[in-house]
Amino acid sequence: MIAQISPPELDFLPVAPELVLAGGGMAIMLAEAALPRVTSRVLLIASLLIVAGAAGITVALWGWDGEPTVLAGMVATDRFAVLIRGVLLAVAAIGAVYGHHQFDRAGERRPEFFPLLLFATTGMTLIAAASDLILTFLALEILSLSLYVLAGFSRRVTASEASMKYFLLGAFSSAFFLYGVALAYGATGTTSIGGIARALSGPSEGLPLAMVAAALLAVGFSFKVAAVPFHMWTPDVYQGAPTAVVGFMSAATKVAAFAALIRVFNVAFLPLSWDWTPIVGVLAAVTMVVGSLLAIAQTDVKRMLAYSSIAHAGFILTGVMAANQEGIASATFYLVAYALMIVGAFGVVLLVSGDERTSLSSYAGLAVRSPLLAALLSLFLLSLAGIPPTAGFMAKVSVFRAAVDAGHTWVVIVAVLASVVAAFFYLRVIVLVYMKEPEEELQPDRSPLPALTVAVPAVATLVLGVFPGLVFGLLETASIFRW
Amino acid sequence: MLSDYLPIVLLAGVVAVFAVASLAVSSMLRPSRPTPAKLMPYECGIVPERDPRGERFPVKFYVVAMLFIVFDIETIFLFPWALTFRELGLFGLIEMAVFIGLVFVAYAYVRMKGGLDWNVRGLREGPSPVAEPPPVDRRREVAGAR
Amino acid sequence: MIRLPLVLFFSAGLFSVGVYGVLARRNAVLVLMSIELMLNAVNVNLVAFSQLLRDTILAGQVFALFVITVAAAEVGIGLAIVILIYRNRETINIDEVNLLKW
Repeated sequence: MIAQISPPELDFLPVAPELVLAGGGMAIMLAEAALPRVTSRVLLIASLLIVAGAAGITVALWGWDGEPTVLAGMVATDRFAVLIRGVLLAVAAIGAVYGHHQFDRAGERRPEFFPLLLFATTGMTLIAAASDLILTFLALEILSLSLYVLAGFSRRVTASEASMKYFLLGAFSSAFFLYGVALAYGATGTTSIGGIARALSGPSEGLPLAMVAAALLAVGFSFKVAAVPFHMWTPDVYQGAPTAVVGFMSAATKVAAFAALIRVFNVAFLPLSWDWTPIVGVLAAVTMVVGSLLAIAQTDVKRMLAYSSIAHAGFILTGVMAANQEGIASATFYLVAYALMIVGAFGVVLLVSGDERTSLSSYAGLAVRSPLLAALLSLFLLSLAGIPPTAGFMAKVSVFRAAVDAGHTWVVIVAVLASVVAAFFYLRVIVLVYMKEPEEELQPDRSPLPALTVAVPAVATLVLGVFPGLVFGLLETASIFRW
Repeated sequence: MLSDYLPIVLLAGVVAVFAVASLAVSSMLRPSRPTPAKLMPYECGIVPERDPRGERFPVKFYVVAMLFIVFDIETIFLFPWALTFRELGLFGLIEMAVFIGLVFVAYAYVRMKGGLDWNVRGLREGPSPVAEPPPVDRRREVAGAR
Repeated sequence: MIRLPLVLFFSAGLFSVGVYGVLARRNAVLVLMSIELMLNAVNVNLVAFSQLLRDTILAGQVFALFVITVAAAEVGIGLAIVILIYRNRETINIDEVNLLKW
């Protein structure tokens, strides 16, 4: 039996940012292969232009007033997708500068970095806009496959090890995700996120199957966003992979995976929200507590930030479990703030320690060697700890408020306790930077370009801390899904 | 609805109990006198070797194998197109041309990077992911399974 | 006509074998093969559901094609990473790849 298949309506404008990114990535790839002498600086400028082009189209898409989904219901055109795309493109631009700087300084020629970065960004922006689980899966794989390779981009043996661990556990989790998609399809007869919501809101035979599907999808997403108990890969990969890559992926992967998680659970599985909110709540609580507690024991700054990123996944889940518009808005604001502060924090790590000497003790007395880097690091750490007047504080407050309003007070109590624990290890680093004498000859990098790049998220962190309304204003319309 | 699953749950329970019980009973009843010969894995009476030695391939074979897997699988998208060729008409033709063009981009990249050059070690340009391959003699320079 | 529950149990079993393989096997290539088993279990599910639901747009079967392609790409990258590890460490036993704490 061959179904009657007719060509779908083609409207490529809502995916134009992805087309620009992927096409640009391929162009850079071919150009670099054809002209082996082209320098990393030229490739960097080309990549930044491509990202800027994609960003320009993204801004134009904010005013889209056509269909809610295009390309046979595959791609959502809502403002949520546009906002997340903007954040991802900003992180990608910063990551490109980091990568150029790190490989240039190490004297390594790695022209493949830029196309892979652009492909990873393509997958990330696509997953934010995917309104069909098929596209969600494909985008997830595009971003993951690029990141597996990027994680191994170093001559150090630990990088290849990080790459392998990331790959094996990532592929493992994709299989769970896929099984969930297959069961969701079996339960509802469709893979469209809106279609699943429609099928589940009425009386449905497939309800038990749909619940299993939701659980498996949650497992798959938990791996990607590094929620406990699926977080094991995070510290190893963050420690082993090149710092520039970690800066990019720690921010962008989390934003992209959470964007997809929020869309899948707040649209497709919203009719089942009574069933999944307690589970997500437990996941959030465990993630916050374990992440914060294990971070205390770390002696390596990259591992510490990895556990910190695990704890932050828990805080974002707290917003997700509110399962209403306020929850979506607060979780999205948290994602924006988190992306800014973690990409900035890893930028400082890149400048201070590069890939080697990432032990916390080598940060003693950083303020003497480089007051600017010390101040930037402190700002990012304060923001990660959630201390006013930074974006991290506003993010935590909004997430907590959303969870309390939705009646999940117990999670917020756990979250506040975890924040207190977390504040301890962030402040410990700041004490180390300002109060201790330098133990070893630390030679922080003084290059102007990456320092300027780190200053961008620093300023943004402060501005969002003082004027959170800038993003919340956008979120009034960007937290509504159209399907 | 949920009660439909009751027989399955019961069956799963019976299976679990039977499996655990038979293992437990047999381990309690049987005499246990291990000898090295008994503990060896059974390979038709031949002394087993840990590595499948002799069945090893040069590393460059793996590069070609990897490229082959990817390019080979791309063809499966041609089959559905072939089935719906008439319905899709010009639209399908253009879409497939785009798709094959993208595959061709990958092929061009592999060619330019020297991925298909059988005699050249590794890729032509750029550092290999390892700065210097560790000094191993040619016999062992393979990715053998363990 | 094979009844759907049989197919579903077959694919669940296949998936479980894959999960067991990933968790129990120490050889990276065998772990990779176990992951392939899991993906193929999903394919069985997708095709079975597509047939059962009489899906007119055949979403399940189309998805299975995508899964096959992605699995191939995954194997390609996975093998490359395994070779990289082998060149560096002379082993692909994932217990011996332990410079970083698990």
